Amino acid sequence: MVPLSWYIILSAVMFSIGVFGFLARRNLIIMFISIELMLNSANISLVAFSHYLQSINGQIMAFFVITVAAAEAAIGLAILIAFYKNNPTMKVDEIDLLKG
Amino acid sequence: MTMVQFFFAYFAITMTVLSVLVVTRRNPVHSVLLMLILFIHIAGLYLFLNAEFLAAVQIIVYAGAILVLFLFVIMLLNLKTEEKVRKFQNQWPIGAGIGAILVIFFVSILRKITVLAPLGDYSVERIQSEGAMMTIGKVLYSQYLLPFEIASLILLVAIIGAVVLAKRRI
Repeated sequence: MVPLSWYIILSAVMFSIGVFGFLARRNLIIMFISIELMLNSANISLVAFSHYLQSINGQIMAFFVITVAAAEAAIGLAILIAFYKNNPTMKVDEIDLLKG
Repeated sequence: MTMVQFFFAYFAITMTVLSVLVVTRRNPVHSVLLMLILFIHIAGLYLFLNAEFLAAVQIIVYAGAILVLFLFVIMLLNLKTEEKVRKFQNQWPIGAGIGAILVIFFVSILRKITVLAPLGDYSVERIQSEGAMMTIGKVLYSQYLLPFEIASLILLVAIIGAVVLAKRRI
């Protein structure tokens, strides 16, 4: 029997790797990918709790998280493409048009 | 170590290694393909947790739609891997420090949890008797009907927004 704490530790480790990837990379695509990694780690935690507390609410919430993640990935990538047409760079510290 | 624990250990170690590889590749196509393997492992973990419908939805939506969207954007923008460009930002140790603090924070909270919530009434046998999809369908369309409709509105707004953002002339 796998204890619940193992699932939560796995979710925490994946979440913090996603945080590191978001804060430390220059490429915008990798930043989007680490956002998806963070959302997936939250999903693992939700489904693990749903199994160990014998309820179905965690799986329903994970379903909605997947839906919102799909919508957000679509909009984010559309914004990225619209921005790339003006300024063809993919590095986040070269995007400083609004800098004071 | 029982068989279940051995399989879970394989899944956990592979997912950790894969996620570290995903955030540290230079070529974004490598990152996306490693993310595909990671998503399939996550779907396998959902099968461990008696969530078959969610495992199927994970593969169909994440591996089949979101990943393909990422690949299309990378190929459309024709991003080439430049060899001499710095991968990480100048302040990357701060990011690593914040990640480490988060892990220590979560694990230390976990040690202090002594009382869990009371058990619900959807035990494993009840879910398996009707099938996972039937159970989720019944709950989703009766108790969670309003969030379901709001989720469909979110998807509609996402479609309209993506089309408007990609047009040449509005």
